[in-house]
Amino acid sequence: MNRRLFAAHSALLLIVASITGKAVLADPVDDSLQIDGTEIITRAPAPEGLPFDQVLSGWLFREAETRATEADSFANPGMLAVERGAEIWNTVEGTMGKSCASCHQDAAKTMKDVGAHYPKWDAASGKPLNVELRINKCRVDNMGAEPYKFDDPNQLALTSYIKHQSLGTPVGIDLSQGQMQSWWDRGKELYYTRTGQLNLACASCHEGATGKYIRADHLSQGQVNGFPTYRFNTAGMVSLHNRFRGCIRDTRAEMPAAFSDELMALEVYVTWRGTGLSVETPSVRQ
Amino acid sequence: MKRALAATIVAALMSAGAARSEDAPPQDVKIADMAVKASLTGTPGSPEEGAKTLANRSLGNCLACHAVQALSDEQFHGNVGPPLDGVADRWSVEQLRAIVVDSKQALNDESMMPGFYTLNVGKNVRKNLVGKTILTAQQVEDVVAYLATLKE
Ligand code: HEC
Ligand code: HEC
Repeated sequence: MNRRLFAAHSALLLIVASITGKAVLADPVDDSLQIDGTEIITRAPAPEGLPFDQVLSGWLFREAETRATEADSFANPGMLAVERGAEIWNTVEGTMGKSCASCHQDAAKTMKDVGAHYPKWDAASGKPLNVELRINKCRVDNMGAEPYKFDDPNQLALTSYIKHQSLGTPVGIDLSQGQMQSWWDRGKELYYTRTGQLNLACASCHEGATGKYIRADHLSQGQVNGFPTYRFNTAGMVSLHNRFRGCIRDTRAEMPAAFSDELMALEVYVTWRGTGLSVETPSVRQ
Repeated sequence: MKRALAATIVAALMSAGAARSEDAPPQDVKIADMAVKASLTGTPGSPEEGAKTLANRSLGNCLACHAVQALSDEQFHGNVGPPLDGVADRWSVEQLRAIVVDSKQALNDESMMPGFYTLNVGKNVRKNLVGKTILTAQQVEDVVAYLATLKE
């Protein structure tokens, strides 16, 4: 093995590529995003410890048409899930005869900015909760209703509705509560662990290869600020843990269960990686 | 020409009858000086088959990361790795075999490129793939034979 030789060789390749005019890198677009008059922060200074100067929203890596669809909330099909979420918010369910609104009234006020600060430590459960798990806890403890199963359309809708109340708010989670820091540590370890027959880590694609194309996909930093996301591919909403599982499956590894400790740790860590980016829910992706 | 044809026929006969046990098991394939000297199968690779394996998304899927001008009919070539045009001017067949077998040993232990004939893989490999390589030994030989045609 001769790394020096190889490095020299790569440098040569870069030169050759630039002479032949072939793009080696494709940068994120230089564009800004407003949704319904709200300024969306799509570039923020990276939190200390990341190898990037800036953290970048996945929006900057998408095609013009996809970006335009997200920028226009009338065109954004994800807004249907948000509207459905508003209905559920006001619907009584469970043995206690309550809706979300019975306790939390007007979500535009009581849930404003809340989603931007999840996952949050929950002392009673002894672990971090994301919005989906928080909803389930309310359903069980405060409504006498069944918890939603993973990716129940109502879970997607209500999560989208609650996150949407933070549209534009910068993501920031509190790592000082409970054992958040050790969940962050575990998530970080997972982020850099190569999995599956293809032997790839999250970092292989979203840190080392950001901006490059893997087949037709323009690799972003894999940020979570837009979830749940509307995807053209599947013409429906995609939850964060569904996306995580899909990326892990693509390495040809066994997929951890949704809301397992592994994926919760990953959510804590990857959410932190996007500190300062605005919540974009429901974002639009291809 | 005649000799080449005869060789092809012999190779075809051999491969038709070749027991897979003739293949070097992945754990016995040694990479030394960035090269794997011996063929993994003893059967010459087919460049035509190699091109198919290279493009096929469930086999090599090499185009996910590499562009190949000769395969411009195939849609969507990635650029995570360098273009493979002219790769045979840069590397010998033995080196190309090593790169395809296990690029982390051959090139760079941090390489993003999967090892296509190695059991040195990531954690939690999908159950039905445990102990299996991404490509068979003959598919590697085919891909290498195709790469050997990529001269500028
Ligand atoms: C083989 C490459 C690959 C690996 C490994 C990988 N991803 Fe992805 N990921 C993609 C591609 C391709 C997309 C879609 C394009 C994009 O946004 O980058 C994506 C998208 C995402 C998104 C959505 C981003 C957005 O803006 O909508 C998240 C979040 C994500 N990945 C997280 C992860 C995490 C966490 C891991 C590790 C558990 C991981 N990925 C591993 C290829 C990968
Ligand atoms: C997930 C990405 C990925 C896939 C899939 C992939 N490669 Fe690579 N390949 C790379 C990268 C990145 C490099 C640069 C070397 C390094 O990683 O340091 C590389 C380097 C190479 C080189 C050396 C090129 C040169 O000019 O130095 C060859 C040859 C090669 N790959 C062939 C293949 C073949 C054949 C396949 C499929 C059987 C394949 N690759 C699949 C990422 C990939």
